[in-house]
Amino acid sequence: MSIASAAARTPRAPQVPLVSLDYLWFQVAGTVCNLRCTHCFISCAPDNHSFWFLDLPTVLDYLERSRAWGVKEYYFTGGEPFMNKELLPMLEATLAVGPASVLTNATLLPERTVRRLAEIEAGSRYSLELRVSLDGPSPETNDPIRGEGTFERAMEGVGRLVEHGFLPIITAAQVWCPHEDEAVLDRFYASCRKVRYERPRIKILPSIHLGREVLRSRGYDDSEIVTAEMMEGHDLTTLLCSSGRVVTNRGVYVCPILIDDEGANLGDSLEAADRPFEIDRSACYTCWLHGAICTNTGHLGGEA
Amino acid sequence: MSGGEPTHERIAVFGGVYSNHLALAAAIADARARDVDAIFCLGDMGAFGPHPDKVFPLLIENDVSTLRGNYDDSIARGLDDCQCGYTDPRDNHFAGLSYRYTYEKTSPRWRDWMGALPERRRIRLGDRRALLCHGSPRRMNEFLWESTTPDAFIEKLCREFDADVILCTHTGIHWSRPLRGGRLCVNVGAIGRPANDGRTDVWYALLQADDPLPRVEFVPVAYDHEALATEMAEESLPREFIDTILSGWWTTCTEILPMKERRRGMF
Ligand code: SF4
Ligand code: SF4
Ligand SMILES: [Fe+2]
Repeated sequence: MSIASAAARTPRAPQVPLVSLDYLWFQVAGTVCNLRCTHCFISCAPDNHSFWFLDLPTVLDYLERSRAWGVKEYYFTGGEPFMNKELLPMLEATLAVGPASVLTNATLLPERTVRRLAEIEAGSRYSLELRVSLDGPSPETNDPIRGEGTFERAMEGVGRLVEHGFLPIITAAQVWCPHEDEAVLDRFYASCRKVRYERPRIKILPSIHLGREVLRSRGYDDSEIVTAEMMEGHDLTTLLCSSGRVVTNRGVYVCPILIDDEGANLGDSLEAADRPFEIDRSACYTCWLHGAICTNTGHLGGEA
Repeated sequence: MSGGEPTHERIAVFGGVYSNHLALAAAIADARARDVDAIFCLGDMGAFGPHPDKVFPLLIENDVSTLRGNYDDSIARGLDDCQCGYTDPRDNHFAGLSYRYTYEKTSPRWRDWMGALPERRRIRLGDRRALLCHGSPRRMNEFLWESTTPDAFIEKLCREFDADVILCTHTGIHWSRPLRGGRLCVNVGAIGRPANDGRTDVWYALLQADDPLPRVEFVPVAYDHEALATEMAEESLPREFIDTILSGWWTTCTEILPMKERRRGMF
């Protein structure tokens, strides 16, 4: 069947409603990052100021409002969240109401930051997860993507987290062939043991072909779209847009993947953002294939 | 007051039998000795242990009101896996082994029996409305861990499902939390496998109607775990599973644990 005929029969892409606001994301560092990874799907960099830092009052305000929604988990992302000078008080306030996850490159984790993180974690009944992005189990595989010396610095950060009682989740965008997964995992385990991380948690994520990743590997082709037919019998709640929203300094967006797309800006409040989204973007195809790749626990309630 | 639901004063609730028929028999005897007026099982009869068919007669003879868990649902419908959603290759390997074993050894008759079980049940505990479910009220395979289940989220579930008390299982680790406004969430844990605490006992929950909230007591049950380990070895079940029964530490399928729960364990 040609794409043209499929499109003719399904003129509109599926609409995904916000079934339940389980995952509230904060784009705390905007698009500002100390690194400039070649696969960054929102092209973050020290000089990418298209999204700016969220401030503490804004985060506190959303946290307070989020309780009426019964949010289940809070996520902090960027850019590099630890570039936001108010991240630690934000996390402390969050952990008073629910579990938090920080997506970090682990290169900005000096001893005093990690010590404070550990205190905050110890003071809460909820889990504080640190998710460390790496793209290969060695400098040779990681650094061409994330930058010179980043592997060593990130592993130092991982070691420091482990020393303070954390069990960071190492996430790696799958920039290798899927059949190499097990071999790559073994090398990750070995690298973790070198920094005394004895029971590492490692999660492999599919790469998203947006931003600089288009130049590094490829963009999406025209056949990579989600049609209404593809959604028949497909569990809607595997898509993050059915169960999450992301707060940025420019408003609430449908998901952290699409913040470069102004059409994904749903307004200035959680109420405004409580409406269906038409998943006609090419990145939606990656979600359709792999499920909610952004959260620790996969789709709504379950695990992916 | 909406009528129809049975009212109880004192109940025993457990989940996660995981084919551990010896622990099941011990837990039932323990609950009976504590004068409960009803016993509930929140599902996941199979997995992990030996001879899955042994648990069903025990549940029926003892009048245990049983729900269908994700594992039961998978086995009954002949799905490819247990719907726990592991992604780690090692976890998947072990989950697959026990799933295939359990599927093959569960008689068609019991598969049908599980398939017909309800997914949720409503009762009254004194004057509190309680909802019994497997994972969460909204989804059979949702994990409600202590460290990732916020108060506001429980309150939302209570509102949406018109309940004061939520009783669930599925994670294998018990916890309970009273909330303002007479609400309560209890994960009753599992009687099929130790709670990843280095003890060989398994746990169930005892609830006593009270005002403003039912009282919750978690009861450790000692049983002949060495006999179970022997049966498991005779059935060629993985050494890793047997180690868990003998040591009280989880050795597989740990990827789903949030950090706090994972850190308390050994692996
Ligand atoms: S992938 Fe992460 S660490 Fe790399 S540039 Fe983007 S935000 Fe920064
Ligand atoms: S990219 Fe994924 S999460 Fe975002 S709108 Fe598309 S399907 Fe939903
Ligand atoms: Fe379960």
